[in-house]
Amino acid sequence: MAASAATPLEEYRSLRGALPGQGLAWLRDLRDGALQRFSERGYPTPRDEAWKYTNIAPLLKQSFVPALSLERSREVAPADIAARLFAGAGMPLAVFVDGRFDAALSDLSGLPRGIEVRSLREMLERDGAALETLLTSQAPREPHGFIELNTAFMSDGAYVRIGSEAVAERPLHLLFVSSGAEQPLASYLRNLISVGQGGRAAVIEHYVSLGDAPSLCNVATHCVIERGAALDHYKLNEEGAGAHHFAGLYVEQARDSRYVSHNVAAGGRMIRNDLRCVLAGEGAECDLNGLYLAGGRQHIDNQTSVEHRVPHCTSREWYKGVLDGRARGVFSGHVVVRQDAQKTDAQQMNNNLLLSDEAEIDTRPQLEIYADDVKCSHGSTVGQLNPDILFYLRARGIDEARARRLLVTAFAQDVVARMTAAPVRAWAEHLIMARLAR
Amino acid sequence: MSVPGQAAGAKTLRIRNLRAAVGDKRILNGIDLEIRPGEVHAIMGPNGSGKSTLAQVLAGRDLYGITADEFSYGGRDLLAMAPEERAREGIFLAFQYPVEIPGVSTVTLLKESLNAVRRHRGEAELDAMDFLTLVKRKLALVDMREEFLYRSVNESFSGGEKKRNEILQMAVLEPRLAILDETDSGLDIDALKLLADGVAKLRGPERSFIVITHYQRLLEYIVPDYVHILAAGQIVKSGGRELALEIEHQGYAWLEREPGAAGRPLAAG
Repeated sequence: MAASAATPLEEYRSLRGALPGQGLAWLRDLRDGALQRFSERGYPTPRDEAWKYTNIAPLLKQSFVPALSLERSREVAPADIAARLFAGAGMPLAVFVDGRFDAALSDLSGLPRGIEVRSLREMLERDGAALETLLTSQAPREPHGFIELNTAFMSDGAYVRIGSEAVAERPLHLLFVSSGAEQPLASYLRNLISVGQGGRAAVIEHYVSLGDAPSLCNVATHCVIERGAALDHYKLNEEGAGAHHFAGLYVEQARDSRYVSHNVAAGGRMIRNDLRCVLAGEGAECDLNGLYLAGGRQHIDNQTSVEHRVPHCTSREWYKGVLDGRARGVFSGHVVVRQDAQKTDAQQMNNNLLLSDEAEIDTRPQLEIYADDVKCSHGSTVGQLNPDILFYLRARGIDEARARRLLVTAFAQDVVARMTAAPVRAWAEHLIMARLAR
Repeated sequence: MSVPGQAAGAKTLRIRNLRAAVGDKRILNGIDLEIRPGEVHAIMGPNGSGKSTLAQVLAGRDLYGITADEFSYGGRDLLAMAPEERAREGIFLAFQYPVEIPGVSTVTLLKESLNAVRRHRGEAELDAMDFLTLVKRKLALVDMREEFLYRSVNESFSGGEKKRNEILQMAVLEPRLAILDETDSGLDIDALKLLADGVAKLRGPERSFIVITHYQRLLEYIVPDYVHILAAGQIVKSGGRELALEIEHQGYAWLEREPGAAGRPLAAG
């Protein structure tokens, strides 16, 4: 991205032929169109409302090479993978290294009937035609430069299909590893998750790094939840200190479906999540749980949006943030209730805990309501640890660091408690402790 | 520090000319007090006389500017000890206004607290079973139901329940110097007896108590060795148990008239 390095346009020209699925005319057009739009508009800048608090100019001075330009991905030791698994959980596992599926590190042998987990690259090369609807219909409403680049360069990712009435008892673990290669790499991932009528599953998108080298991960995940289906979706980010992560998450829900998102952002130098959930069928419900933990000079930006298109849908959103050091957090929660969406029940809350005087949060809840018979609420708080409570705990023999950890754990407790997968809950509890110990 | 015949681990609190202020506002104006192992001292006095400040300063609250010619416990300078160190050394403050701690259960608080104290003493942490057995025994002592353990500390507790929770913590931690800061206020007579029972069970040659109270009533149940009257940040009179009865009958106004009792007019109220 630096002036001396290739521009996205030049990179695209040289890599276009190597992108998967280039035999498909619709996909070529999709990629070309996205790149065309990117070359017209470029990267977002602080002048864009949605990027007001997230300035990527410093990032653009660094150069990242698209990982797909490498002959093969860096070898990762199985022990490095094992260390990132949820202990004793025995989950089906798909591993991606620097944006590329790694069959040898994965274990998809125990998948239940009716459940498919595959590499998107493979799908695009073998039967890409089947993906046309999924890839073309769900364009984000306000695409920005990173999403356009994702569409242009997407080279792999997880394709997850939960068939009608199929049930995955154990969560499916999708592990995305940044290998810490000498040359800073950019990966472009696209995940497609669809749950057929009456199907039920939990999927964990888990982002990690081996070390703290600079990396760039550009990912878009599309979820389609059909009638009466339910998806528990975990997005866990604990990447290393040099990681930059830009993610789009687009969810479309049919009648009586249920979608629960657990978005834990704790890693990296910079994380940006654009989460957009469309309630398109009556009786649909979505719960968006978020937890962001940042210290040092970390920057975490969550932009969420829920659109109530039809009547009788319910949305709940709880985002909590803990910011220490000189960290910066951004939360934007947008709820739109369309004119037809009577009897909407929408609640949103964002609570923040600042552990240092230099940490900052910009929180912006927004309700946009066009229907008249609805129940909607929103709110946000920013606070610090209560010194009276800290003193009380210390007066009981608990040292200050431990007292702070107890109180932060208590603050995040309800978000963690909503995680129904016990191994992830344990991971989150441990993560909170570990972050505060630094 | 040890005195022949004294129980092991017993410590003396020594206070000479203790002064505390918040900004320009002087609250303690030269307290002298010595509390030897096994003794129970009651501190009485009107509102605003500095009783609670003394309790907070003993526990290590950092809101005050503090000076003293001596302020030590077991020979160690208290001003050099963080609140948690004091607690581990055996100082326990039953708060006048116990805080609510949303999201932290009473059982978690007790466990963290007890284990911190045990680690400090070089004892092993209790395992879950032993810990629960211990806590259940202490619960019975303060007549609290087990479900209290699993609720957030003091959250939506009544005033009396909060005070019982303080007594429960004292019973679990078994401190060497317990400071009860108006623990009796807001307690009905049954709870008062529980408090007195709790203190009686802990009372022994190695433990001492500072009982801060407005009312003589508590001292019928916890019989003090000494009673001190605090006024305008100074101990203006010390005596035996009978001093508490005098206060009960006459209030605090007579202190102003008694020559030598107070060097200057008392603070209001």
